[in-house]
Amino acid sequence: MFKQSKIVSALAVAGLTLFGAQAAYAQIVKIDGSSTVYPITEAVAEDFQKAKKNAIKVTVGISGTGGGFKKFCRDETDLQNASRPITAKEMADCKAAGVEYIEMPIAYDALTVVINPKNTFLKQATVEELKKMWEPAAQGTITKWNQVNPAWPDAPIKLFGAGADSGTFEYFTEAIVGKAKSSRGDYTASEDDNVLVQGVSRDINGIGYFGYAYYAENMARLKGLPIVNPKTGKAVEPSGANVENGSYVPLSRPIFVYVKAKSMQKPEVREFVEFYMKNADKLIREVKYVPLPKAAYEGNLKHAKEGKVGTVFGGHNEVGITVEEILKREAKM
Amino acid sequence: MQPMTTEQIRVLIARGKLKDTLFQGLGIICLSIGLLVIFLLVGDMLMRGLDRLNIEFFTEFASRRASQSGILSAWVGTLLVMLVTAAAAVPLGVAAGIYLEEYAKRNWITDIIEINITNLAAVPSIVYGLLALGIFVYTFGFGQSILSAGLTLALLILPIVIVATREAIRSIPAMIREGSMAVGATRWQTCRYHIIPYAMPGILTGVIIGLARAIGETAPIITIGALTFIAFLPPAPFSATGVDGASAGLFDWVMSPFTVMPIQIFNWTSRPDPAFEVNAAAAGFVLMGMVLTMNAIAIYLRYRMRKNIKW
Repeated sequence: MFKQSKIVSALAVAGLTLFGAQAAYAQIVKIDGSSTVYPITEAVAEDFQKAKKNAIKVTVGISGTGGGFKKFCRDETDLQNASRPITAKEMADCKAAGVEYIEMPIAYDALTVVINPKNTFLKQATVEELKKMWEPAAQGTITKWNQVNPAWPDAPIKLFGAGADSGTFEYFTEAIVGKAKSSRGDYTASEDDNVLVQGVSRDINGIGYFGYAYYAENMARLKGLPIVNPKTGKAVEPSGANVENGSYVPLSRPIFVYVKAKSMQKPEVREFVEFYMKNADKLIREVKYVPLPKAAYEGNLKHAKEGKVGTVFGGHNEVGITVEEILKREAKM
Repeated sequence: MQPMTTEQIRVLIARGKLKDTLFQGLGIICLSIGLLVIFLLVGDMLMRGLDRLNIEFFTEFASRRASQSGILSAWVGTLLVMLVTAAAAVPLGVAAGIYLEEYAKRNWITDIIEINITNLAAVPSIVYGLLALGIFVYTFGFGQSILSAGLTLALLILPIVIVATREAIRSIPAMIREGSMAVGATRWQTCRYHIIPYAMPGILTGVIIGLARAIGETAPIITIGALTFIAFLPPAPFSATGVDGASAGLFDWVMSPFTVMPIQIFNWTSRPDPAFEVNAAAAGFVLMGMVLTMNAIAIYLRYRMRKNIKW
């Protein structure tokens, strides 16, 4: 037995010296970032590897948009999945490390406000009503439906929402309350959207919000609440078609992939990005997200070819921006 | 004081026996609650995951389609990480334990070291992850590799191995040590031929308990950057890398990106599509199976080694 452990330790030491000569893993496309964008990039990665017969390897991690940008700006990954545009601080980090990037909107993510299917009184909600429920001032005071709208019954509201670390939380608060990360704290919060799905589907007085894909997979147990479009005054149902035609505002947002400009010189990354944009429409529908108009994907490829680096957001998020606007604007580092 | 009558003594004995029976019953109830929970858990996972437990589940990579998804990269990753963990933690932990028991002088420094090692076993695993992110991933430049993960988990279980080694050594009768030294053996010879072989069953138990803890750890592995989607295996020694006909070295796999079982399970439970919960249950069952197999091997080895000890 002792001899064996001696061999094991000898091997360990040998290993420590041997791998100094790093093997050639040039053919890996490294991706990290948002969990919201993950299902799309995963689907693309899976099909890409199959199409290339595994000659090119792709890895996808989930560090969150913020965590992913840290790695991206340290020059560790080739692509970055982002559920929001790059922030001013992240822009500065990337600039300091000399990392240039191409910003590519790839899909819409629609936040869906859901209620229990047995809830009969709630047919629609306005942004103001949702704000009344969710703003920090509501904490401890707004506990019944009729406090939000006198037409609603005298029954308790059970709130379910995203945890404070998620991009979903950030966007919902920005679009509804008007200020990112500003929300009441006395609700059932979870980073795991399935917990929220379960909660609302089991409580007749439940109301919650999460990404559209979770609603699309659980339509039998949940009812999507139509949200009144502040511009037209009409209630709009959460659906793929309404997100695509731009009427489901303010709760739909574009999500992004950032590609490192330097990596685009590598043939395997270039091929992957081309594959991504060509198959985006089909794969995005398959994973229950809403694809952008085809022109957007062609625009992304064109930007990559022309080396149009930088962001069009200038370091801050915007509610209700359309993809056409994004593509028209001038990108800046 | 008056002597007790036979009747009184009988009552006293009966009362004592009643309490004895009561306690026995309580013990059985407590035991069955524990067992019941385990059986329910494993049974529930098995029932829900049974549909997916077939050969393909082990030979396929993860996929966006639940029914075609497998755990190939996860179970291979877990096994390789455990290999690195054991290779690093066992020699370090056993040597440290032997030194503390057999060589170190008893003074306040060793006392402090002793207290610290015991406390280290209670440090939350995420702290080890943060430490490893700074040291292994960036300072040493090992990157997000199997090596980084293995060494991180090795740190995590090191205190367990050290404590187990010391306990095992302490249970060896002093006369063995004295006998060996009396015939002129040095301290090292005593350790080499007596202490280590006799302590081996106990050390092994500690190692397995440590590895069983490490196999389920998710937090530190995520911290150092294990991946979620990875549809290829680390390069096998001397296999073709696909780059200019070069072949992989003996230890290239330790630098490969990887994923492990708990991460795969976690990822599946947080999917929108409920079909992935079946996969998560099946993978959970496999992970349980891996832990139980490790325990079984440990028990078998311990049994065989104990048979060879003749005092």
